[in-house]
Amino acid sequence: MTAIPMADGLILGGILFALGLAGLLLRRNLLLILVSIEIMLNGAGVAFVAAGSRWGQADGQVMFLFTLAAAAAEVAVGLALLLTHFHRRQTLDADSISEMRG
Amino acid sequence: MTMEVAFFVSGSVAVIATILAITRLVAVHALLYLIVSLLAVAVVFYTMGAPLVAALEVIIYAGAIVVLFLFVVMMMNLGVRTQEIESKWLAGRAWIGPGILSALLLVEVIYLIVRAPVYATMSSISTPKQIGLALYGPYLLGVELASMLLLAALVGVCHLGRKRSEARQ
Repeated sequence: MTAIPMADGLILGGILFALGLAGLLLRRNLLLILVSIEIMLNGAGVAFVAAGSRWGQADGQVMFLFTLAAAAAEVAVGLALLLTHFHRRQTLDADSISEMRG
Repeated sequence: MTMEVAFFVSGSVAVIATILAITRLVAVHALLYLIVSLLAVAVVFYTMGAPLVAALEVIIYAGAIVVLFLFVVMMMNLGVRTQEIESKWLAGRAWIGPGILSALLLVEVIYLIVRAPVYATMSSISTPKQIGLALYGPYLLGVELASMLLLAALVGVCHLGRKRSEARQ
């Protein structure tokens, strides 16, 4: 089994992170904003695993498991908030929550 | 050599699928491309010697998290009107700012990575046993904190869901 250069793994993680960031800035649909955050967390996970396998230690993968738990919690809360907002306003436009008075 | 080819092919698939995912007008299409992207990243993990993480990526990300998204899309029942709004939002000019900003960041990151000396990833595979020993050894506090985080998320989601149904009655 040949080794993958660590830089390639980190660059892939960086590309995924930048794409997620672009989606986050570009989209105004709340659902796709959540999807973009998932993509960014996934890119960070790729970087963790690449850096962990550089030293042959399990630590990078352990950190990936923690980001996985954080992503699951974030998605659950985010989607619950999104559904509450959708039932109230019947729209997914992020601009419709620009004011904070409930 | 085969692992490197697998890495580059699946990495390219992941990048292309992600680009398609963040540009789709229909939410379900975006989610389907997100699944492809996550599966490709799982192959990347496998080629980097992390089979357990690859399996978890498929089971939890592509399995559980995307299914949650799909349920929400089904519950909201978005129609053709949403597609029209989306295509209006995604018209030409909107791309310039976010595109330039993210491209700048990406170029900077790649420059810093490429400038560093070349390290190969180790060819050893970390077994599930090693990860389990690390999780319940030095990272025990982290596991407890993650469980607290998940519990807090569970309680928060229950609260959000109950408040709405009571307000509607």
